Amino acid sequence: MSSILIIVFLPLLASAIAGLGNRALGNTVAKSVTTAGLFISCGLSWPIFISFLTGAAEPTVVPVLQWVHSGNMTFDWALRVDTLTAIMLVVITSVSALVHLYSWGYMSDDPDQPRFFSYLSLFTFAMLMLVTADNLVQMFFGWEGVGLASYLLIGFWFKKPSAGAAAIKAFVVNRVGDLGFMLGIFGTFLVFQTTSIPEILAAAPALKGASTIGFLGMRFDTLTILCLLLFIGAMGKSAQLGLHTWLPDAMEGPTPVSALIHAATMVTAGVFMVCRLSPMFQAAPDALTVVTFIGAATCFFAATVGTTQWDIKRVIAYSTCSQLGYMFFAAGVGAYGAAMFHLFTHAFFKALLFLGAGSVIHAMHHEQDMRYYGNLRKHIPITFWAMMAGTLAITGVGILGVFGFAGFYSKDSILEAAFASGTEMGRTAFWLGAFAALLTSFYSWRLMFLTFWGKPRWSQSEHIQHAVHDEHGHADHGHDHAHDDHHSHGEHDDGTAGYHPHESPWVMLTPLIILSVGAVFAGFVFSPYFIDSEHFWQGAIYYNEHLIHSMHGVPLWVKLTATAVMLIGFVVAWFAYIKDTSIPRKFVDQFRNLHAFLYNKWYFDELYNLIFVKPAFWLGRQLWLKGDVGLIDRFGPNGAAWVVEKGAVVARKVQSGYLYSYALVMLLGLVAAISWMMVQ
Amino acid sequence: MGGFPILSLMLLVPLVGAVACLFAEAKTARWIALIATLVDFALGIVLWLNFDIGGAQWQFVEKVPLFAGFSYALGIDGIALLLIVLSVFLMPICIGASWNSITKRVGEYFAAFLLMEVLMIGVFAAQDLYLFYIFFEAGLIPMYLIIGIWGGDNRIYASYKFFLYTLLGSVLMLIAMMWMVHEAGTTDIPTLMAYDFPVQAQTWLFLAFFASFAVKMPMWPVHTWLPDAHVQAPTAGSVILAGVLLKMGGYGFIRFSLPMFPEASAQFAWLIYALSMAAVVITSLIALVQHDMKKLIAYSSVAHMGVVTIGLFAFNTQGLEGSMIVMLSHGLVAGALFLCVGVIYDRLHTREISRYGGIAINMPKYAMFFLLFTMASIGLPGTSGFVGEFLSLAGVYQISTWVALVCTTGIILGAAYMLYLYRRVAFGEQKNADAAAMPDIDLREWTMLGALAAAVLWMGVYPESFLAPMRKDIAALDARLARAAPQGDAHLKIGKPKPVEEHAAQGGAH
Repeated sequence: MSSILIIVFLPLLASAIAGLGNRALGNTVAKSVTTAGLFISCGLSWPIFISFLTGAAEPTVVPVLQWVHSGNMTFDWALRVDTLTAIMLVVITSVSALVHLYSWGYMSDDPDQPRFFSYLSLFTFAMLMLVTADNLVQMFFGWEGVGLASYLLIGFWFKKPSAGAAAIKAFVVNRVGDLGFMLGIFGTFLVFQTTSIPEILAAAPALKGASTIGFLGMRFDTLTILCLLLFIGAMGKSAQLGLHTWLPDAMEGPTPVSALIHAATMVTAGVFMVCRLSPMFQAAPDALTVVTFIGAATCFFAATVGTTQWDIKRVIAYSTCSQLGYMFFAAGVGAYGAAMFHLFTHAFFKALLFLGAGSVIHAMHHEQDMRYYGNLRKHIPITFWAMMAGTLAITGVGILGVFGFAGFYSKDSILEAAFASGTEMGRTAFWLGAFAALLTSFYSWRLMFLTFWGKPRWSQSEHIQHAVHDEHGHADHGHDHAHDDHHSHGEHDDGTAGYHPHESPWVMLTPLIILSVGAVFAGFVFSPYFIDSEHFWQGAIYYNEHLIHSMHGVPLWVKLTATAVMLIGFVVAWFAYIKDTSIPRKFVDQFRNLHAFLYNKWYFDELYNLIFVKPAFWLGRQLWLKGDVGLIDRFGPNGAAWVVEKGAVVARKVQSGYLYSYALVMLLGLVAAISWMMVQ
Repeated sequence: MGGFPILSLMLLVPLVGAVACLFAEAKTARWIALIATLVDFALGIVLWLNFDIGGAQWQFVEKVPLFAGFSYALGIDGIALLLIVLSVFLMPICIGASWNSITKRVGEYFAAFLLMEVLMIGVFAAQDLYLFYIFFEAGLIPMYLIIGIWGGDNRIYASYKFFLYTLLGSVLMLIAMMWMVHEAGTTDIPTLMAYDFPVQAQTWLFLAFFASFAVKMPMWPVHTWLPDAHVQAPTAGSVILAGVLLKMGGYGFIRFSLPMFPEASAQFAWLIYALSMAAVVITSLIALVQHDMKKLIAYSSVAHMGVVTIGLFAFNTQGLEGSMIVMLSHGLVAGALFLCVGVIYDRLHTREISRYGGIAINMPKYAMFFLLFTMASIGLPGTSGFVGEFLSLAGVYQISTWVALVCTTGIILGAAYMLYLYRRVAFGEQKNADAAAMPDIDLREWTMLGALAAAVLWMGVYPESFLAPMRKDIAALDARLARAAPQGDAHLKIGKPKPVEEHAAQGGAH
């Protein structure tokens, strides 16, 4: 199992070579080193995963280096491999390797490629450290490390002001969550006197409802407060309602980054954390209720917003947010296996959707607005079929007992678990989740129809106009003439503006094809292991046999709900975007306020700006100018100076004007005073 | 090492260098200063390697009685060792930072720096109360000179403010020291550390020392000298001010206030917590709105020192060790950040943030270093900033969850102001032509920043090198404080929680 050392540290090494070598080594070396490193890591990860599938492997811990020993608080660098880690290993290394490969094509025109590939590999390293953590502090290391990589990659095109702003927002909002995570670690240490995850999990069940702990002057049930604090961390990283605002803005980063970090891996870290600590959460039922509620609310909220966005990446971003909500409420009702299963399948189909969207954007000359797409299925057929596979997977198409795409298995089992949990919150989550599934189907097909069907609407796009100009040899980079030329291409009445989208190169299509295979078969193949096999998990998560049993016993209508709402969503989207394209306009006119509310993302950004950002800056200025300068300095040193000046008029003659000479005199005086005391 | 007086030698080398610099011309003075500091650094490494971890508490002891009980007594424990190593590590970097930027009165400038090195090592090595006092106060003189002669436009006001603040505290501390010597009958610091002063007297003694250390630290609200001093000081002056001089306050608490007045320390813990919480929140908010790079980093220093003080007064191992690591880390990181400011100040001669922008394009190596130190300042795990901050906060959580909560908000605010700074300097379009034309760092700058970067990462990944030498001393201090340590508010109680009303806010119940 020492291959884990190579899996984890090879990306770090590759990142260092690419990053430090940078332009001296050149693009090809940096790309080759990082991509090769990831493919090796990936090649070593699958055997580990398969050995857990067959039941041949045992959980192990590989020590690396001593870290901190302070009193009885000790934590070391170590790599833990068990079923849960093995799942994450294949998800991370596979998607990362494919994204590295894809970026050869997507980033081929970028002048800063070594830096990009270095960041990608650095991210992969941090994420691997997170999932192999054997103690909470190393998990926090990975947690912050992926945050750093995310910051760097969102801000990769740092010349754009919006990219810089989005990068800061992502980091700072995550830090709000980290505040909870850190306090959670402190509290956990206080209670268990250790940060080792296995030791905490072994001791936690005994404390269930049996102890209290002080927090902010009040006393709470120990495990409830600890789990809630840790969950705040999970909410930040996984963009749950309240701390979700950074994720849509994170789309400022290059699209491969969105696929890897903001869909498949980093944002699922919160779900991973809750599953990793599942025996602890299971002993804190009140905390689980909160987890269920937040998950279900996020799932619903993000799906509603996703129905109204025009930017293709933003639609997928809100979709990610919503799918993460599913994972959380699955964990909240105790179905950790289902949560991890959805994490697993989601990684493939969502990475596929993002990379597919990237391929569309590539073909459409950086245009991201779906209003300017249309009719692309004939022009970029491979991308179209890949996106189709992703859409069938996310909407959960399948026939009970025969075959289904990936999401069919994972999402359905989540809804069944929520229903079967029998709690009030579980039922609420079921209904919210079912409604969100309808919306998921709607916005996913809306995306497909707007992009690939209908008539071309490209001529309105500034990006396309630029491209056409360049092709026609009118390239004139110095001037921004796009606005003047809006209607200058009237000769192309078909709405194409004479533009010809090109299918992406094979280096980009290959990852799409491989991920399509995952999106189609991952659910069908792995469902028996993730959901029904206690043996597969080997105690890596809390396995609730009772819940699994009742999941299989839910009424037939519950099992058919997901399929039914999926069909409804599809039909509505088909009516609105294929049959009669005037319907959306009419709907918006009819429900103007509702649409504005959704289109503006429930006004979270405006609200936070008003109650956090602006007051912080205002307060800072007040404290500085009125506090430090106006109060402390005025009555402190400046006041003293005033007094001295008034009193020293007489002594002006002897003033040399240099204050340090006073200092010297004063010190000599003090030394003299000591000497005098001594002699006394 | 036998009886070889290595500590005296470490004082002597820069002293001789200082005298030589005074009489040398500019070019020679630079080389004398560099060689003297490098030799001292080498001696510092020898000192570290020969320090017997787990051996006697006080090592390399030298004692020459002078008059009336006053003696020339040197000796170090692990805590002092680490701070001395930090000082001698930063000094050659300071000399390097001044290499080209100082052009007037060069010999005197380097003499002042070398003298300061003597006094800094003296502070940490002194074992006699009065000897400590002399080093402690005299250490400010070279700093006054550096700010007052080689500083910016408003240097007189800054050095005046610096002087005025430290004056009051010093006088009170001296009086307290005299009383202590009278009471205990010795000036020997190790003896005094084990001496039990009457609890009533401790209160006054604590406050007298507090007046001095709080200013040096600096704690809110006696911090306003620091931004001005930093802004006016030359780059190397800022590096040494942030790197070492600020640590004297923390060292004072850990060497004097805590072991000598444990009961009073517990009695005034609330005051420390209140001021520290204010420091973390208020100065972080102020840092957010600064236009001047140096002022921003100076305010962030005050916030970081707040984390040091809460850790010191957490009365447990994690808090104390965490505070020490924060001090060491801040010495490296704040020093490095001031150096980063210095690098671009040398090129453009302005500290105004808005005059920069987009320099990651023309200075990619610089941007990488600046990013690393920004992240270390934010406390990213894997850098030195995290280890100390984490331990300090973990320590104080065991005493007060409120204090831990308020001070942990520093990780949010810290990220906000540092990343906002980084964005305005390094990201964005190259809107200023002169900033866009700046060349990337040269070999001299690369060496200085590289050395600091290596130390920052070392302390972040394998802090055991730094924890091991002080472990025994911290344990001894912790044992001495045990009798006064307050009961925490977060402790675990086994037993069913009271039903329902327990969840309602019952602030008064505790």
